[in-house]
Amino acid sequence: MSSKHIIVDPITRIEGHLRIEAVIDENNVIKDAYASSTMFRGIETILKGRDPRDAGLLAMRICGVCTGTHYQRSIEAVENAFKVKIPKNARLVRNLLQGALYIHDHVVHFYHLHGLDWIDITSALKADPAKAEAESYKWTKTPYGTSKSDLIQIQERLTKFVKQGRLGLFANGYWGNKHYKLTPEQNLIGVAHYLQALDMQRDMSKLMAIYGGKMPHPQSIVVGGVTCVQDIQNPARNAEFKSILVKARNFIKNAYLPDIAMAGTVYADEALDGTGAGLKNYMTYGDFRLDDNDFYKAALLFPSGVVLNGDLSKVYPFDQAKVTEDVTHSWYDAPAPQHPFDGTTNPKYTGLEKKEDGLAYLKTDEKYSWIKAPVYGDHRVEVGPLARMVVGVASKDERITKYVMGFLDRLGGLLGLGKAAPASVLFSTVGRTAARAIETELMADVMMEWIDELAANVAAGDHSTWTEFDFDAVSKDAKGYGLAEAPRGALGHWVKIKDGKIENYQAVVPSTWNASPRDGKGRMGAYEAALIGTKVADPEQPLEILRTVHSFDPCIACAVHIVDTKGKELGSFKVSTSCSV
Amino acid sequence: MDRRDALAKMFSAKGVRVNTNRGEAYYDRLKKMMQKRLRELRESPAATKVDIQKVLDAEGLSRRDFMKWASAITAMLMLPASFTPLVAEAAELMNRVPVIWIELQDCAGNSEAILRSDSPTIDELILETIDLEFNETLMAAAGHQAEAHLEETMKTFKGKYLCVVEGSVPIGAGKEWCTIGAKAETFEEHLLKVAGDAAAVVAVGTCATFGGVPAAAPNPTGAVGVQDIVKGKPIINIPACPANPANITGTILHFVLTGQIPELDHLNRPKFAFGYRIHDNCERRAHFDAGEFVEEWGDEGAQNNWCLYKMGCKGPMTFNNCSIVRYNSGTNWPIGAGHGCIGCSEPQFWDKYAYERPMADANIKAPTGGVEKSVDEFGLGLLTAAGVGIAIHAAISATAGKKEEEK
Repeated sequence: MSSKHIIVDPITRIEGHLRIEAVIDENNVIKDAYASSTMFRGIETILKGRDPRDAGLLAMRICGVCTGTHYQRSIEAVENAFKVKIPKNARLVRNLLQGALYIHDHVVHFYHLHGLDWIDITSALKADPAKAEAESYKWTKTPYGTSKSDLIQIQERLTKFVKQGRLGLFANGYWGNKHYKLTPEQNLIGVAHYLQALDMQRDMSKLMAIYGGKMPHPQSIVVGGVTCVQDIQNPARNAEFKSILVKARNFIKNAYLPDIAMAGTVYADEALDGTGAGLKNYMTYGDFRLDDNDFYKAALLFPSGVVLNGDLSKVYPFDQAKVTEDVTHSWYDAPAPQHPFDGTTNPKYTGLEKKEDGLAYLKTDEKYSWIKAPVYGDHRVEVGPLARMVVGVASKDERITKYVMGFLDRLGGLLGLGKAAPASVLFSTVGRTAARAIETELMADVMMEWIDELAANVAAGDHSTWTEFDFDAVSKDAKGYGLAEAPRGALGHWVKIKDGKIENYQAVVPSTWNASPRDGKGRMGAYEAALIGTKVADPEQPLEILRTVHSFDPCIACAVHIVDTKGKELGSFKVSTSCSV
Repeated sequence: MDRRDALAKMFSAKGVRVNTNRGEAYYDRLKKMMQKRLRELRESPAATKVDIQKVLDAEGLSRRDFMKWASAITAMLMLPASFTPLVAEAAELMNRVPVIWIELQDCAGNSEAILRSDSPTIDELILETIDLEFNETLMAAAGHQAEAHLEETMKTFKGKYLCVVEGSVPIGAGKEWCTIGAKAETFEEHLLKVAGDAAAVVAVGTCATFGGVPAAAPNPTGAVGVQDIVKGKPIINIPACPANPANITGTILHFVLTGQIPELDHLNRPKFAFGYRIHDNCERRAHFDAGEFVEEWGDEGAQNNWCLYKMGCKGPMTFNNCSIVRYNSGTNWPIGAGHGCIGCSEPQFWDKYAYERPMADANIKAPTGGVEKSVDEFGLGLLTAAGVGIAIHAAISATAGKKEEEK
């Protein structure tokens, strides 16, 4: 029984610093896997003692990719604490900002971060552009940017680039690996869309700039509402938003979704046998308020809930009181698993082990990551677009079910099943990637409704953008939380305020749930579990590891923790280290 | 009057002025230097032989579009229009300069920003045609293949590549705790290794320049900027959160043109980008002069785009070209979206400037060294003759209003 230990560090094409170690057996099947975060900044500590009205700007810098999500949730945690109700215009603007982030982020993720795990750029050089054009019609009646002349140009450009012998960003990829299964023509379509998506995402980013001032790191949300008064009152701004959104939807519907259908068909065996499924426990905090009811009483676009063991017939209500965190395998000391509100932070860095081969290895029997292991009730769970789609279907949400079933019907047709593909195909690496695309289309469609709703509301004479509150009165002693769904999954901020200052601040974010190490009972986090049982074609090129890890859209800077630099308890200041902020 | 003089002085201090006309002799010398530099580059082996004309054709852009872009960049670099052909030629040679981009204590905001290049579309092309060899957010390779490619690039282009750094460096408690690569190098080791063989180091974003967010009080990890660690190398700081990609590409262009780093201010920021005070070029400036301020979010002043100084705008203390270049292809900028500037291109801005109240109320020392007594008094700074009456009137009525409340 020979085994081989693989280290992948850095994991590239993600946000943040992540190390994966895997042990494979003689058949190259992954028997064991470990995820470790190796960077932190201590942002929650930095927030302590500041004015809660300013927290959002700083909390936003937790992440430059889910930019704006942390900003909004930080502000909403404070609004929740102050019991401030924002005007309708502010709710719509915030939904549009976050929606713009979703479609931008998901497109960039699929093409620029994840796509090269499925698309072999070098194979595209051998494609026949005419055949590739014909191929593109298999996946949609109205293909995007894949006419023969488009493809000839792209192929020429690529050929010239490759001939120079310096591939720049494409150097040393796993090109030619036999787990790349697309035909040269399909790869050429993928490459074309990779390049076109670079243009498209630049346009999409303008959506956030219109009402946010800039992207990344917008600047128009304040406690009580939004500041972009002139932008919502100006019909030209509304029209500009809409025209970019129309273009973005066209790309999503005629490039992104067809490419997912194509990849889903070609890699269908991996979806059907559940490669990369992992935990099969899915959790959402819920997000996108559809009406102006009070906090957490509004109807939501993405309902909150928990689905266990892939059983879609049952959905359990999400209750934040059931979240605990375990540090058995994280670089901290703690007596027992703790709820975020009662969390203590006591760093205990034990490092990696340098071995004779000159490499450093995680001490996997001990502590090996800056991320704590969050547990819901007594379950390790996965969060993200797949969780949102699964919980939506299990909750019998009409809109989500329609989009998910639409995709499964199509896939069933493409695979010649004579019926819809089973929902269980979603429980896989391919399915996780497909769920993100399904969600992107849904989001782009619903944003068309929201932008009209905003225009109509302003036209009807509602110009309100901010709700006044008496800061001194409400900030004496307050606490609240902002629960949300970032593009990558469940994200929450908890804040305690005393005498106008932040007494305690915590964030629990997607990568905490997904990228966490084992817990006290030895149960794996979502990445780790998803890697087990995967066959690696070539251990020198662990393409399959990248594929599964990337399918979660890692965002590791969000998993950086609080550190009391003196290594002692922070007294009354309770912190959560569930996320590496 | 003393007070007003002090304010006037603050707004017109010599150190922040950029001399945009240095006389013919200077420009002739500069032109000769650039021509020599471009000749050298032409003769040097290309890292990638991307032909800009072919790229333009592929993108459906005309030579005219390209020259229009080049002339805009020339203006941005504060060079006379006669330099436009040189800038265009430099753009064509961009691919000769290999770039290694490393990420330390970062949020990837600057990598994301460069993707969104907020200049004409052609900037994106320029991005494609510089020889970006290493960038963790975008590169195909991972693990040991990524590390091998980094080593190989450093060896091949020793002393010739630009090292771009995103994120701060922990050298306090966090020094041992942030690692990268199979050998678990610390961030500091990683930076020193890559910066060591670089021609110059470009720190992008406020974290890499001044420590940024991680260095905000109480700085739990002991985070610092690149210039605190890397010594004996030319360092260019392009702060802001995130840095404006136009300023990043502008700096790289300048390096290609001259083989030298652009003229820098006392914080190692290129003057072409950071020689402007936000306040001096703000679209709401007239309202400041007229004493018309937003008093609370969404009020009548906000509806009419009045000055945001009383809402905590730090435009008067902040040097950057946002009010000219804006963001996301000129779509908007924070003040356009009705929120004050937070001073994100200034050192320690998280502890000095990033709050939604005026300096006067925050009881923080202004850069002038004096604590501002009141917003309205501050508003009497840089007054235009025409605005004096209005501003004084506004100041008096506002002060009167405050006194009324106090009674």
